[in-house]
Amino acid sequence: MSTGIPVQYFLILATIMFFTGVYGFLTRRNLITILMSVELILNSVNINFLAFNRYLYPHKLEGMFFSLFVIAVAAAEAAVAIAIIINIYRRFSTINVEDASEMKY
Amino acid sequence: MDILTLFVVIPVLTITGILFLKDTRQVRLVSAFGMGIQLILAGVLVFAYLSARNAGNTEEMLFIKDYLWFKSLNIHYAVGVDGISVAMIGLTSIVVFAGIFASWEVEFLTKEFFISLILLATGVFGFFISIDLFTMFLFYEVAVIPMYLLIGIWGSGPKEYSAMKLTLMLMGGSAILLVGLLGIYFNSAPGGTQLTFNILEISKVSIPIAAQRLFFPLTFLGFGVLGALFPFHTWSPDGHASAPTAVSMLHAGVLMKLGGYGAFRVAIFLLPEGAKELSWIFIILTSISVVYGAFGAIAQKDLKYINAYSSVSHCGLVLFAVLMMNKTAMNGAILQMISHGLMTALFFALIGMLYGRTHTRMISEMGGLMKVIPFLSVCYVIAGLASLGLPGLSGFVAEMTIFVGAFQHPELFYRIVTILAVSSIVITAVYILRVVAILLLGPTTNEHHEHLTDAKWFEKISVVTLIGSVAAIGLAPFWLSSMIGTSLQPIVDRIVALNPF
Amino acid sequence: MINFNYTIWIPLLPFLMFLFLGLAGHKYFPKLSGILGTCGLGIITLLSYITAYKYFFLSEKIDGAYQKITAVNTVWLQLTDKLHIDMGILLDPISVMMLVVITTVSLMVHIYSLGYMKGEKGFERFFAFLSLFSFSMLGLVLATNIFQMYIFWELVGVSSFLLIGFYYQKPSAVRASKKAFIVTRFADLGFLIGILILSFNTGTFDFITLTDPSGTAIAQGGGIAFLGLSVMTWSMIFVFMGGIGKSAMFPFHIWLPDAMEGPTPVSALIHAATMVVAGVYLVARMFPIYSLSAPVALEVVGYVGAFSSLFAAVIACTQTDIKRVLAYSTMSQIGYMMLALGVSGYGGHEGLGYMASMFHLFTHAMFKALLFLGAGSIIHAVHTNHMTEMGGLRKYLPITHLTFLIACLTIAGIPPLSGFFSKDEILAAAFHSNKLLFAVEYVVAGLTAFYMFRLYFSIFWGKETHYHHTPHEAPATMTIPLIILAIGSVFSGFIPFNELVTSDGKGFETELELIVAIPSVLIGLFGIVIAFIMYKKESAIPDKMAATFKYSYKWAFNKFYMDEVYLFVTKKIIFRYISQPVAWFDRHIVDATMNGIASVTQSVSLRIRGFQSGQLQKYGFVFISGAILLAILFIYLWK
Repeated sequence: MSTGIPVQYFLILATIMFFTGVYGFLTRRNLITILMSVELILNSVNINFLAFNRYLYPHKLEGMFFSLFVIAVAAAEAAVAIAIIINIYRRFSTINVEDASEMKY
Repeated sequence: MDILTLFVVIPVLTITGILFLKDTRQVRLVSAFGMGIQLILAGVLVFAYLSARNAGNTEEMLFIKDYLWFKSLNIHYAVGVDGISVAMIGLTSIVVFAGIFASWEVEFLTKEFFISLILLATGVFGFFISIDLFTMFLFYEVAVIPMYLLIGIWGSGPKEYSAMKLTLMLMGGSAILLVGLLGIYFNSAPGGTQLTFNILEISKVSIPIAAQRLFFPLTFLGFGVLGALFPFHTWSPDGHASAPTAVSMLHAGVLMKLGGYGAFRVAIFLLPEGAKELSWIFIILTSISVVYGAFGAIAQKDLKYINAYSSVSHCGLVLFAVLMMNKTAMNGAILQMISHGLMTALFFALIGMLYGRTHTRMISEMGGLMKVIPFLSVCYVIAGLASLGLPGLSGFVAEMTIFVGAFQHPELFYRIVTILAVSSIVITAVYILRVVAILLLGPTTNEHHEHLTDAKWFEKISVVTLIGSVAAIGLAPFWLSSMIGTSLQPIVDRIVALNPF
Repeated sequence: MINFNYTIWIPLLPFLMFLFLGLAGHKYFPKLSGILGTCGLGIITLLSYITAYKYFFLSEKIDGAYQKITAVNTVWLQLTDKLHIDMGILLDPISVMMLVVITTVSLMVHIYSLGYMKGEKGFERFFAFLSLFSFSMLGLVLATNIFQMYIFWELVGVSSFLLIGFYYQKPSAVRASKKAFIVTRFADLGFLIGILILSFNTGTFDFITLTDPSGTAIAQGGGIAFLGLSVMTWSMIFVFMGGIGKSAMFPFHIWLPDAMEGPTPVSALIHAATMVVAGVYLVARMFPIYSLSAPVALEVVGYVGAFSSLFAAVIACTQTDIKRVLAYSTMSQIGYMMLALGVSGYGGHEGLGYMASMFHLFTHAMFKALLFLGAGSIIHAVHTNHMTEMGGLRKYLPITHLTFLIACLTIAGIPPLSGFFSKDEILAAAFHSNKLLFAVEYVVAGLTAFYMFRLYFSIFWGKETHYHHTPHEAPATMTIPLIILAIGSVFSGFIPFNELVTSDGKGFETELELIVAIPSVLIGLFGIVIAFIMYKKESAIPDKMAATFKYSYKWAFNKFYMDEVYLFVTKKIIFRYISQPVAWFDRHIVDATMNGIASVTQSVSLRIRGFQSGQLQKYGFVFISGAILLAILFIYLWK
């Protein structure tokens, strides 16, 4: 089914997604954007899992399960993170990470 | 329960008792009661010790109890006393007892104050009864930490600064000390048997000379910081000046003695060869302490600073004598610790009482107090005379024992240094008389001071207890000196066996 | 063997009296304490007389020599195996003689003080201190070992301090007491060092062992040398330093004139008759060592004594405060005693100087106490110390006048008063051994007669001064001691000291040497005549003299600026150039180093705490850069 698409393509896509996520994570100051970047990183990893699973061990399913697991964790994480973000917004009226420095030093 | 453990248990029980009290008055009474029992207990201990010795018990340590409490490192709760520890315990209980009465009028957070004070005392008592290095170190830390709170909360002047400085310097000292102690521990079994922290067991093996050379300075320095060794003494003036009365008393009177006692019991006793090789360095430092502290005291303006520098000088003499490593000088060192502990506690108590009345500690702002508050002034004069070594009071006995002992040293260098140290008695006279003359004699200079009230009953208890002890030692030093001397014999024998002069 | 155990009470009783009066006197019987103290001392005086009688006349002699008897001795403090401080009582001729001197003068002073100090604030304190002093002084002379002596030496120092500063609200008294204590303390440092060296070399503190002429201590001491002198000589010079301080010899004499700020009975007791001769007593006590083992040190004693006596006599001629004149006179007379010891040899007739010194000590105690008490009576009557404000007092104070005159004649060495005999022995001793010192003593004898009669004539004759209150004779409590002491001054010269108190305990023959005695009497008379001419009537001669010798007079009047020298040393050098720099150094160098360590730590931590920013993104950046770096490292460089 996927004979037409070489594995490199998946890997290139995943790499682009991963570094886009890293870049976003490091540079953006908006918490929502940071959360989105984290999701990008997670999903790039998911793609890698799926691709390698398919190409290396076509008769096994561990990679698939792991991806499902990651998706579940990501969902939970998003829920918690958004809850925190909302609380931060209430407290500081902003969701810029640098402004939440009350506990610093 | 054995008698020695009681010395730790009673303060802990007193603290527990105080925890449940609300009324300030009750807190005071319970503290005084607890420490009174402690004083009686110390008397009982002295009696028990002497009668055991008279009965012919020639063990090095008596009343030994040993419980293993941390197996993998072979740490024991091991207690035992000889004449020296008994004497130090006696000193501590007297000073603590007097200290409770001297802080009778603490108003702010009374309960917490007494708890910290007694906790400090617990540490000191524990230190003196321990014969396991680790347990000893543990109690040492227990004694040092409450000091931070006591000065930082109940102090005066730049109290946070002083408390921080004192604690950090002492902690620095104990860090060095810990390295030294661990060094001893890891060399305690050259034969490859079980390593041990027990002083008595370590004293039976001989630690390799290379290790001694390395760990003697560390151990001595670690204890020396607490004993106000030049140039690590500067916590003392600031700390004393900021500390509340009872804390100054306990600190100068007892806590600084942990330094001398430890230097003697651990550094010299366990590492005698290292001590002999390197003693000259520390002899120089301590003789500087002795003379320098005395000169420093002349130029001070604050009563507590004068006394703090005086303590530097007197405690320097303790370490000086310990380093001479002969029986007489060491006997003098122990006597000096006791004598200085008592009289400096007396001094700080009196300074606290004067401060409570005049609200100043600057000698230039006071004058002619003898006429107004004769009782306190006379006591101050007596304390001064004890400090400058008047015969009949304890200072003389201690100093003379040290000088005669140190002068018996076979090397000329040590004898010349001794003469240098002897000259401090004149400088001491200068600063003591200067203070007495300005502070107490002459016409009353400050009209606000003309209607001060003399000592109250609890102040009298505190002062009279201390003066009584100072005079008792001064008039009849023989029993104390011989009790210490007997216990010193095995220690000196060991030192001499390893270092034939 | 006679039992001397009871002598333990001689020093102990005053001590108990001190505690009793000091602790309870103020509250319960402020008025009665004077009587109590005096009675206590009376008992001790009686005991001392009994002891003296028993010792000199009943105790058995061996080879015609008085033995040293250790009446009581207990170990007070064991120092090393060999060295131990004992507390005990040693009876030998000089200590028994001192017992008599001290208790007699002390009793007189006690009685006198009952009148003199009446109504003073701190009456009971005064008597408590006097008891303390008596205790320490008796302990000092009875000491069995040098360390016991040192202990009591310090105690007399402190009782002197307390008594000089008795009027503690008077700044000058406070200053004087402080000065006395510190100067003598400095001298005592020498004493202590001397003891240390001595005991290190001989291994004992005990007087009997130390001073045994055939003992090991004396024999072994001479060997080791240090800087050209034997160790024994050094130790003896150091020990003598203590004596210089206590006996107010040059250059440690400066405390004595100031000590006159104390109440006059105190000056009589401590600063004239007893404590200040402790230095002489010390040298006498150690005399065999000085003489046999450290002759250089003995020479030092002689020259210091001679110089001090001349120096003080010159100053005394210019002072106007009567107590100060007497103080310098004391210093001068003690110089005599030191000189006598310095020229003496050991044993038999060689020991003439030793005997003469003790003799003079005895007679001096009598007449100098008398002079001071007389001065006290004068001051009591006219309320001033300055002789320029006195004159013509003989009419008002007949008894004082008479006794004072006797004392002046005694000190001037007019026969047959006691001063003549003792001074004559000293001169004879000096004549036979050292002509230079002998010449000095002749000059001093003349000066002494001159200044004493200058004092006498200015007070009792001279111009009529108008007084606010008509001066009146003191009460009987004050005049009776004067009379008793006057009798003592007159007759004590007939005591056969050559039989009783000699360097080796054996008596020897002395005869009056006219070649020495006649000139000395003539010189004394000459001094009196000059004083008579200058001060009997109001005359311009003294002022003229002062104007002629302007500079020397000024120097002498200002005591050769010794006080200024001391002030310079203490205030400038010790305080300003040592103590303050030390204090500064401590705060700004040592402490600053410690604070510096703290502030370096703090500033470093301030710098690096930026790393711990709490910014997850920064952490992430560092983490990812690290991961990438490591990845590159592993992939390309790890071969």
